[in-house]
Formats: sequence, C-alpha cells, structure tokens
Amino acid sequence: MEHDIGLWAIPIAILGGAIRVSTPFLFVSLGEVLTERSGRINLGLEGTLVFGAMAGYATAVVTGSAWAGVIVAALSGSLFGLLHGLICSLPKVNDIAIGIAMMLFGTGLAFYFGKPFIQPVAPDLPAIPLGFWSDLPQLRAALEVNVLFLIGIVLALGMAWMFRATRVGLIIRVVGDSTDAARAMGLRPALIRTLATATGGAFAGVGGAYLSLYYPGSWNEGISSGQGLMAVALVIFARWNPIACFGAALLFGGAGALGPALQSVGVTQGYYLFYAAPYVLTLGVLIAISSPNRAMTGAPGELSITK
Amino acid sequence: MTRRFLPLSRRRFLHSAAALSGATMVSGLPRLAHAAEPLTVGFIYVGPRDDYGYNQAHAEGAAAVKEIPGVTVVEEENVPETIDVQKSMESMINLDGASLLFPTSFGYFDPHVLAVAPKYPDVRFEHAAGLWTEGMPENVGSYFGYIGMGQFLNGIVAGHMTKSKKIGFVAAKPIPQVLLNINSFLLGARQVDPSINCQVIFTGEWSLAVKEAEATNALADAGCDVITCHVDGPKVVIETAAGRGCYVCGYHADQSALAPQLYLTGAEWNWANVYTGMVNTILDGGTLPNFMRGGLAEGYIKMSPLGPAVTDAARAQFESTKEVIMGGGYSVIKGPLNDNKGNVILSEGQALVETDVALESMDYLVEGVIGSTS
Amino acid sequence: MADQAVIGGSGASLLPALARRSEAVVIPLAALVVGFAIFAVFLLTQGKSPADFLGLVWKGAYGSAFSWQNTLSRAAPLLFAALCVALPARLGLVVIGGEGAIVLGGVAVGALGPAMAHVPAFIALPLMAAAAMSVGAVWIGAAGALRHYRGVNETISSLLLAYIAIALMNQLVEGPFRDPASLNKPSTAPLAESLRVGNLPGMDVHWGLAFGILGCVVSWILIDRTTWGFAARIAGGNVRAAQVQGLPVGRLILGFTALAGGFAGLAGFFEVTAVHGSANASLAAGYGYTGILIAFLARHNPLAIIPVAILLAGFGAASGLIQRRMGLPDATILVLQGFVFLSILISDTFYGRYRIFAPERWGR
Repeated sequence: MEHDIGLWAIPIAILGGAIRVSTPFLFVSLGEVLTERSGRINLGLEGTLVFGAMAGYATAVVTGSAWAGVIVAALSGSLFGLLHGLICSLPKVNDIAIGIAMMLFGTGLAFYFGKPFIQPVAPDLPAIPLGFWSDLPQLRAALEVNVLFLIGIVLALGMAWMFRATRVGLIIRVVGDSTDAARAMGLRPALIRTLATATGGAFAGVGGAYLSLYYPGSWNEGISSGQGLMAVALVIFARWNPIACFGAALLFGGAGALGPALQSVGVTQGYYLFYAAPYVLTLGVLIAISSPNRAMTGAPGELSITK
Repeated sequence: MTRRFLPLSRRRFLHSAAALSGATMVSGLPRLAHAAEPLTVGFIYVGPRDDYGYNQAHAEGAAAVKEIPGVTVVEEENVPETIDVQKSMESMINLDGASLLFPTSFGYFDPHVLAVAPKYPDVRFEHAAGLWTEGMPENVGSYFGYIGMGQFLNGIVAGHMTKSKKIGFVAAKPIPQVLLNINSFLLGARQVDPSINCQVIFTGEWSLAVKEAEATNALADAGCDVITCHVDGPKVVIETAAGRGCYVCGYHADQSALAPQLYLTGAEWNWANVYTGMVNTILDGGTLPNFMRGGLAEGYIKMSPLGPAVTDAARAQFESTKEVIMGGGYSVIKGPLNDNKGNVILSEGQALVETDVALESMDYLVEGVIGSTS
Repeated sequence: MADQAVIGGSGASLLPALARRSEAVVIPLAALVVGFAIFAVFLLTQGKSPADFLGLVWKGAYGSAFSWQNTLSRAAPLLFAALCVALPARLGLVVIGGEGAIVLGGVAVGALGPAMAHVPAFIALPLMAAAAMSVGAVWIGAAGALRHYRGVNETISSLLLAYIAIALMNQLVEGPFRDPASLNKPSTAPLAESLRVGNLPGMDVHWGLAFGILGCVVSWILIDRTTWGFAARIAGGNVRAAQVQGLPVGRLILGFTALAGGFAGLAGFFEVTAVHGSANASLAAGYGYTGILIAFLARHNPLAIIPVAILLAGFGAASGLIQRRMGLPDATILVLQGFVFLSILISDTFYGRYRIFAPERWGR
C-alpha cells in the first residue's frame, strides 16, 4: 500500500512540476519571441495572460467547453496584441511604456469582468496519462501531460523551423533586424510587426487559459503571480530562440517544484529561499552565459530594449 | 523588545465572555426604536470577497448585517495592509459617516487600526483575530473564534477516512492560528488512530494559486489521502486535492460545491451570527467588550454538513465529540504532549481548554506533524 | 524626445517661449481628457453615470483637505519608486526591480531598530536612512554592475533580484529578525517611539512626501544642470559615442543605478519608520511596479514625476469611494488607469505636429 519512494520524490516532483508549471511560461515566451523577432517588445503580455485566463474560464463556464475557452482566450489575446501593435506603429510612441500600460489595462479589464466567474466551476482541459506504464502513483501523476503542453512543444519546434527555413520566418527576421532593409525589400514593417504582435498576444492568451482551465485550474485574481512578466524576461534569457524558451520554461517550472517537494521529504527549514530557487537559478545561468563583449547575441537589431 | 506579548488574565477573559453572551441575548429581542438613528458600518477585506475563503466568510457576515433595518453597509475589497487601509478606514468615517468598522484582515490590526483609532474616539473599530490588551485604545475591540475546534473535528473525520494513515495540510505561514489548526487537525485524527501522521507544507503566502497547487500535489505525492488547508482562498487546494483523488476537509467557508463526492466536512466561520449580534448590541445602545471570543457553542464557528463519503463510524464519533465540545471546557491541546522536536509541551494532567489565550501564541507543531515552524 | 534643451535665447519674447513650453503640458492634459472620455463611454455601457463617477473621483482624491491628505500620503512612496526607474532610464537602462530595493531597505531599517532604540533620533534616523539607501543602492547597483561588467540585461536581472529580495525579506522577517511577540503577522521588533517619523506640520501626511519631492528636485538638478547628468544623457543616447568621448560609462552606470536603488531604499525607510513601525511582508505592496508606470508617464523627467504620482495616488484614494458609492468593483480604477495612461502615452505621437507650439514655424 505504502508508496514511500524516499528521496526519489524530489526528481519526480521536479519532473512533474516542470511539466505542470512550465506551459504558461512557454506560451508567453514563444509569443514574445515572435513579437520581439519582428522588432517590437510587448511587456504587456502579463495583462494578456491574465485576461486570457479570465476570458477562457468565463467561456468555459458559459459554454461548458474548455476548448471553447482556449479559443476565446487566444482570440482575446490576439486583440490585445493587435491593439498594442497598432498603437506602437504610431511614430514616437514608446513600446515599453505602452506595454506597461497594457499590462495594467488587461489586468484591470480581467478583474473587472472576472468578478462573476470567481465562484462558478468550469470544466478542465483534458490530460493524457503518459505514465500508465508505471506502478508509482507519484510518477503517474507527474506524467499527466496536458495537451497544451504538447502543443507548446510543437509550437516551439515549428517556430524554430520557421525562423530558420521559411520565407515567413525570414521576413519577420529582416523586419526585426532593420526597418530600412525591410523597406528596401518592399516589405511593410509596420504591418508585419503588428501581425506578429497580434499572433504573440494570442499565444499569451492561451498561456492564460492553461492557468485557469488546467493548472491550477480556477479563476481568481491571484491566478498569475507574475508569470507573464517573468516569461517576457525569459526571452532575453533564451536569446530569442524558441527551443531555448522551452528549456527555460522547463527549468523555471521544475525549479518551482523544488520548494514543496523538499518540504515533503523533510527539508523544512528556509522554504522561502527554496521558493526563490527559480529566480536564483535563472540569474546564475544568466550571469554565467553572458559576457560584456557579446552582450546581445541573437538580439533583433530594431528592438528598443537592446538599442 | 518593549512590547512583550501580554497574556490576558483568565478573569478578564471570563468577564468579556459573559458580557458577550449578554450581548447576544439582548440581540435576540425584537428592536423597534432605532430607525431614527441610522448606523453606517464599514467592512474592509484584504482580498476579493468571493474567494471561497477568509474574505468570503466575512462578506457573508456583512451581507447579514445589511439585512438589519436602519443599517447601511459600505464595503471595500482588495485593500492592502499598508497606509491604504488606514486611509480606507478614515475615508469611510469622513466621507460615509461610518461609526462602526470591521477591518477584517489579521495584518490590519497593528499598526493600522491602532494608529487610526485614537484619532476617532467616537468610532468603534472591531478587528478579527487581533489581541486587544490593556492600554490599547478603548474604542478598539478584537474578536475571534475557536476555529481550531473545527479543524479538530475535521481531523476526526479524516482519521476515519485515511487509508494511508497520512493526512496533509497546506498552510500559509507558521503563525499561532495556523499552527493551532494544524495541531488540532492531527490530534483529531489521532483520536481515531494514534499512528496517523500529518504532513504540512507552508506556501509562505496567504494567496498564491500556483504554489498552493504545487504544495497540494507534493502532499498527494507524499501519500497523504485527506487534505485540508489554511490559506485565504482554499479553492485551489480543494480542487487540486480532489483532482488527485484525495478526500478534502474545508476551511473558512463551505467548499463542498467544489468537490461534492470527496468533501468530508469543513471548519467554517459563522460571522453572520456574530456580526448581526454585535451590530444589534450597538443599535440597542449597548457596548461591546474589547475582547470577544467564541466557539461552536457561541455560534462563532460551524461545521459544513458531512459529505456523502463519510462512514457511519466517522459520523458517530464526529457527532458525539461535537456534542461534548458544545458543552464547553473542551481541551484539544492536553498532556502528555510533545512537540515534533521532542520537547515536552504539556505533561500528564495538564490541559489548555479551548478558551485559553495561551493557545493564541502557539509556536510549535506537535509530535506527529511532519514539518517545521521556520 | 521633446527635451527642454531648446530653452529660448535670452532675447526671446515671452510668447514663443510659452508656446514651446506649453506643448508638454497641453498634449498630456488633452490626452487625459480623451482617456476620461473613452472611459466614460465604457461606464455608459456598464449602465453607470460618468458624471457621478467623475464627481466621486474628485471628491475622493482632491475634493477636501482630508482627500488631499489621503492622496498625498499614497503618493510618497511612489515618488521614490518612480525615481528608481527614471534615473537609470537617462542612461537607456530599463530597471523594473525597484520593489526589491524598497523591501530590503525596509528590512534594514527594521533590523537596525532594536540597536538604535536608545540612540537619539537625530543620529539614529539618518543612520537608518543611510542603511536603507545603501542596501537599496547595492541591490539596484548590482543590476547596473552586472550590465556593465557581464553584459547581463538589467531589465531581467533587476526583476529576478526583486523576486529574490522578497524571498529574502520573508525569510529574515520570519526567521532571524522576527520579534517573537509579533504573533499573527511576523515582523521585526517595533521601532522605539522616538524613531518613528511623524507627519508634516499641520498635515496628516508623513515626511516621506517632502523628501520624495526633494528627491525629485535633486534628481532634476543632477540630470539637467550638472555635467554628470549631461554625460549620462549622452551615454544613454549612444554608448559608443560616449566611450569615444572618453566618458566614464561604467562609473555612470554604477552611479546612476546605485542612486536609483538608494531612492527606492529610502521608500522602504519611510514605510517602516512612518507607516508600519516594523518591517514585515506588507513592504512588498507593489509600489516598485507602480513606479515604473509613473516614470514612463513622466517621460523620465524627475519634476514631471511629482504631478503624475499625485494623479495616480489620487485614483487610488478615490477607488474606495467608487466601490462604496457606485457598487463598482475595485478593478474599475484599474480600467480607468488603463484608458487614461494608454491615451497619455499614445499622445507622444502628437509632439512636434502642431505649429502652434513651434514659434519658428509661425506664419509660415
């Protein structure tokens, strides 16, 4: 009966945590990669994430379908992205500042319209039990993989391929690296950036739907503890590489599981410091891989934050 | 360290308890003459008022107060424990004419309530969970309920229902009220089977959804099969635990709707009863004691109806123990009792009854709880 | 950027100078009105009266002596938090982790409290303020140093450092620095009464406001009137050019980030000495993040931070009244801020477009 697995609990918990917690980071950071590769920064994805979480949950409550919720979250996210993109197309407007205001705007609207949906229970997104082969309930639980996580992996691979090998990827990269070069090629930078920003917003909305419809799977005003903001920061960490974003999201999610897992095996002192593990780890890796000489390798040339 | 914790004398406590029961008695009578002087009552919440938890419990109390004729209720939610709450209280007094305030979060008391109260001697400040002591402003009162008794009853049901003999507790911070709840939950379960242990995981925050979910999963991974919590909004813990197939016991408010099959029972606040009693006392021209406490018998707390999964044996012991507690003078924390580091807390024959204020400065986890207080 | 570098020559007549200056006032004010107007439409869709709403915002934020003091009390920490963003922004750095410096500055003050209990206030308070500023300076300075010496992006490092600071604060306040008597809200030992910073004379607003305004003025002088500020602006425009000119870019980055962190630390000092009386988890109240918004709205001009902070604090002060009187959720004020701030930020695009503000184009 007893499934006491001793210290094995920690790696299993980290694995489970990485799979459970990473998905919102993955979607938001992929959305931001797309946006930033086109030469624009959108710091407002935290607001988009929160609004997506609310819109997705509300839709699922009303329609009874979690997938309808995901679609509405994506649509609402793309509207926020579109708005950000259009505003930032205006001359002299600071995209960082607009992003911060959009964060406030999205969060405010989500809280405003979300009040009636804090109480109702919405259907959850389905998970695939990839751990069926194991006798360990812990491992089975850790390998309950949500479909959105798998979609996120495919998206990361697809985006990496797109940037490397497709015409669309090339266009986005050219626009992101030099407005002048893009114009010379007959491209319309403002239009392409706006489309990229809108698509990125849709990704962030889906990330929000994952929060409210799967894990932790409810809508409340504390649903996001800054995942959207952190995910935007992870893009710099991942050097605008979609596959590295996947790695960063896994690292972040897994490190986040460390705190509770250590307490459950009896390491109970100093849990605040363990809870800070994802941040310390990210900062440590960042310091290790950075160098003053190649400060911004991989950075799109038109990005305001790196100019 | 100028301000040591000052335990209330037993006599002082009995005095306030008596005053309170007087107050509730008066409030039971029909009132007629108060329509002339309207009373504005302000409620301030630290989170959203429909959080299935701490704030919702208070908001349900406010809703009951709203029903009293001649009373106007004003409410503010999501007010942080900073200068914001001081100004919210003053704004309710200055702009709305509030003369009775319920700032409901723990952290509002010191320094915020204590800073504002002396400026408005005609306004009554009633604070949940604060410890009013001699020397504090006379227009401040603190009230609270012995909800540890509810967690003890939760524990009894949990003790019957656990198969793994390991139960779990998701806790916010290691403060006395939380520690008393954890200890009571375990001691309740050990009434059924002394071999049961309770694993606790602290999230470090009162409201942090993802961490609460992770903590719940860690408990389930560790083999806990009945889970309860003490965080501001238990919704995430209850849903996550139920999702892992664990039985759940509620806290703060009724969460049975979130897991109808797996919800066993829950320790709930009964603020509607307490608040209407207090407001009626004031309407009747009475005064409230500065220190008010009550338990199941006084209607400060209540238990959620037992869920469908609860066995007959569990039901029987739950009901009989509840009966005894209602009689008063019950001790959950009694000797021989060690903490989980091996120190003796109480020796044979010693006991702290539910009303003992020493319980409100608890700083240990009892033997059988897996976890640490810092 | 419409920098005020183009101050009219000595012989310029009053009218053209006024016209130039007024652009930076008229455009944001017009944007404020437009933002309110769009929000009014939003309110109408919700079946609420915009007139009532505006009246309540006025009443709650600026309509009486009490309301003004309410607003100004809330503005105090925001001034410091905004400076923490505005100063590094002059060098082109985007620092978003001021929250960490605020929190740790407060912890430093709380931790020093017991040792200072018997030291006269006129010595103890400056010492504690210096400690808070130093801790803040180290924290944000670290982000600057990482940027300069390791090429680590300061936006992400300051954000990570803020999360780490909050964890550290919780660990310290609930661990080594915890006053055992702080039962339900773990805190450091309460400060002695003599170490509590009081209110400004005749007002119910603590001294943090005065020092915050002073900090804004000093920062403005530093940026606009000193060679350091001039050098920083050059470096912010183009690091290469600054290095070619022989400007000490590294020292500028360290100095400006440290000063920025020092201001944030000072916010923590006032929170503990004037509001809380001890350090606890309430220090992480989000002022650092609000400060980012204020700094960007003020276009990183330290003097403009003052009115923007008062505007934002006023919204906060009115929020309660809106909830109580109109039955609108607390998030309504966030929605209003969203509309107003987007409108103001979008109005950046109108600078330089109108001939009325450009005397040299008059009559053409």
